Amino acid sequence: MAMAKKFNISINTKNCKQCGICSYLCPKEVLEQKVGGYPEAVRPEACIGCRLCEMRCPDFAIGVEVVQE
Amino acid sequence: MANYKDYMLFEKLPHTWCAGCGHGIILQAIADAFAMQGLDKHDIALVSGIGCFGRVDDYLDINCMHVTHGRALPAATGIALANPELHVLVTMGDGDGATIGGNHLIHCARRNINLTAVIANNYNYGQTGGQYSGTTPAGSITATSPYGHVEPGFDICKLAEAAGAPFVARTTPYNPMQIRNLIKRGMQTRGFALIEVMDTCPTHYGRLNKFGDAGPMLEKLNNMTVPVEKASSMSGEELEGRIVTGVLTDRPREDYYTRYKRIIDRLSTEKGSVPSA
Repeated sequence: MAMAKKFNISINTKNCKQCGICSYLCPKEVLEQKVGGYPEAVRPEACIGCRLCEMRCPDFAIGVEVVQE
Repeated sequence: MANYKDYMLFEKLPHTWCAGCGHGIILQAIADAFAMQGLDKHDIALVSGIGCFGRVDDYLDINCMHVTHGRALPAATGIALANPELHVLVTMGDGDGATIGGNHLIHCARRNINLTAVIANNYNYGQTGGQYSGTTPAGSITATSPYGHVEPGFDICKLAEAAGAPFVARTTPYNPMQIRNLIKRGMQTRGFALIEVMDTCPTHYGRLNKFGDAGPMLEKLNNMTVPVEKASSMSGEELEGRIVTGVLTDRPREDYYTRYKRIIDRLSTEKGSVPSA
């Protein structure tokens, strides 16, 4: 069986406006966010690499990259 | 493969839009639609009008023009006729494209100018404080309709369809891949293509109409949508207050330039038929 892919989620705090879209809509609940704080990838192992957070981020502040095939 | 970042001016970020505004999602989708097609920057021109969504040209590294309120389509018509090989995009909001510039929209669709119009419909004039626009649904609360909006809103897609646009589609920022694919299809259509993106404005419209924060507002917007395939089997009553998404019209017809060029070619080959100046 092929190894599960691993992903690295990076958050650019310069661009992030803490709107909460990424953490609210993440299908695997990888991201968590407190009011007045930046999102945090608390469960990166659950990430499936759908990149919806990246595409739905209005501020170009979140990126998902494959770190291990 | 080209990356959407190649078409953007990243050093200008963070942009001026509010937290949670859907415009940034559409901006990324536009840049990514260029990247998906691997277009040369010099083969694209983008015209934007006034309003929150008129600011997309500030962050794109392509040929851009920012014109007066509601007049993005006439400016783009000039570009499309002067250089028919260009991919001309027009970005407008609902106030710019369907209210103040509504007349240009129907005539562009009727003439079938080779343009791709992307309208971000967030139901209000966001830049000036959230006043109601021509697309604001009846009953909505806005800065200028505090007791509920009296008039019904425009259906931009039906308007363009009735005026003769060959490609009309609608989507939401909840579905960013659909925005990319529809813009790509619109750009590949020879003639007038209209893509309406039902946008979120959590600052004005969302706050006053109890849509909640940016995330819940996107989710609620998505719950209101019905794919066009499913909508065809639904009654008018069931579709009340719902947003039909997908490709609504795809009926290619000859664009303005092709017809115009044919006249030029005919007159220049028939000797003596061109009246001398």
